[in-house]
Amino acid sequence: MENQQFLADKIRTQEYKLNMGPQHPATHGVMRMVLSLDGEEIKYIEPVLGYIHRGIEKMCESISYKQTIHLSDRLDYLSSHMNNEAIALLVEKGTGIEVNDRIKVIRTMMSELTRLASHQLWWGVMGMDTGALTSFMFAFRDRELINDIFEETCGSRLTMNYNVIGGLRYDIHENFVKRVKEFITHFKAKLPEYDRLLSNNIIFRKRTEGLGIISKEDAIAYGMNGPTGRASGYACDIRKRLPYSAYDRVEFKEIIATEGDAFARYKVRILEMWESLHILEQLVDNIPEGEHKVKTKAVIKLPKGEYLQRVESARGDLGIYVNSDGGKNPYRMKFRSPSFANMHALNKMSENTKIGDLVVNFSTIDVVVPDIDR
Amino acid sequence: MTKIELKEIIGSWSSNLKLDDESNEFLMVEVPAEELFSISEKLKNDSNTKFDLMYALTGMDYGTDLGVVYHLESTSLNHMIIMKVSTSDRENPNFDSVVKIWPAAFYNESEAYDFFGIKFNGHPELKRIFMDENWKGFPQRKDYKDEFNMLTK
Repeated sequence: MENQQFLADKIRTQEYKLNMGPQHPATHGVMRMVLSLDGEEIKYIEPVLGYIHRGIEKMCESISYKQTIHLSDRLDYLSSHMNNEAIALLVEKGTGIEVNDRIKVIRTMMSELTRLASHQLWWGVMGMDTGALTSFMFAFRDRELINDIFEETCGSRLTMNYNVIGGLRYDIHENFVKRVKEFITHFKAKLPEYDRLLSNNIIFRKRTEGLGIISKEDAIAYGMNGPTGRASGYACDIRKRLPYSAYDRVEFKEIIATEGDAFARYKVRILEMWESLHILEQLVDNIPEGEHKVKTKAVIKLPKGEYLQRVESARGDLGIYVNSDGGKNPYRMKFRSPSFANMHALNKMSENTKIGDLVVNFSTIDVVVPDIDR
Repeated sequence: MTKIELKEIIGSWSSNLKLDDESNEFLMVEVPAEELFSISEKLKNDSNTKFDLMYALTGMDYGTDLGVVYHLESTSLNHMIIMKVSTSDRENPNFDSVVKIWPAAFYNESEAYDFFGIKFNGHPELKRIFMDENWKGFPQRKDYKDEFNMLTK
């Protein structure tokens, strides 16, 4: 002990900077972080953004409302369905288009399938970031089934563009109900496997428990949302708070943890997968009859004014704010993206932790970089 | 709290506020630039309003004026308002930073600076976060000339 103190007095130390990314495999996309380090401890993180900035907000100002839907699923490509839904709901609210129950129920089912697919991918990558490659294979095995369902009905597997203003692009495929039921049975058997592999794994628990604790007050101050915010005890599920589509007619629990550490963020997402399955179970046999699309005008104009629509995407609370001048293009369209807010909390979360833990923290806030960069 | 109640409470704080409770689902409060910080502080700390969450910060170009739109929410009282501030000075638009009140404004204000050139006094580290440091002009302004945009041609 004395020797250590002697050395500490003699050795000159200084803070140094280390670049992490933009091509680092654990940064989930193209994001660079400049870490200020004291030894191996992180003092400050400065994210360097803009590698995938495409100017989507600016582009939206010169295209019609129908076209903006196609850009929205390039934001957070893992919850493309919810992003599409947000714009569709906003324009329907603004122009007074009423959609029928069939559309609402199918939208809700698709959203929950997307959420499952997104959480599965996150779980696989989370395992990989902590050093377990098997989880990635498991997750992709199960995610494939959801992608097949999307492919059959929507025609594509990732960026679906399935929601249009006033309904859905196509009616559901005749196999849809059967496939969803098959998936529910399959995944109910597989989800406990996730717990056996990671959740109850002593190595994984030791790496995540007590790491990156964020209090509820901080979570709100930084505007954290989605599963990341709920892990700190902040009840922010838009599906419960401001129900849209068919969320008011299904029964589900809002998953809230109070610990606020990395494991809580992990736990919330795992439990949310059970809730998504529960929602799907309630709806799969109760899809009402009706048209899949309401007739709308060829050119949609939003009355002059300001609109805000919030949906719960897989990452959190996506808000779309439109300022309309009454024309066929939005005058200003702002995407309040959940990843952007969650990224901000990374700094607070990683204070005085090691570089290795940053990878875990970054994984548990589950950002999608195109959603930050827009 | 309802729009009308909020209007009465917030309206009593200052005579320079323009309150509008008809054109939107939320109460809209237009704040003069010099009172932005003090009103923001009150909005957060007053026990009747308690706006502890800055939900969104949007830079705006109204054609002649530049402005910022704040969506504020109270997580305990469950209400939301839209706060607006604007200036006609396009050369050097300048507002007080609200980072001290709502830390969530940190990157959002940088974004508004990046795209609209709006400066925020008292922001700890105001710089371009998306565009290149050497980029000329502010791309989301309506008078920005974009030679590469295929959509506007």
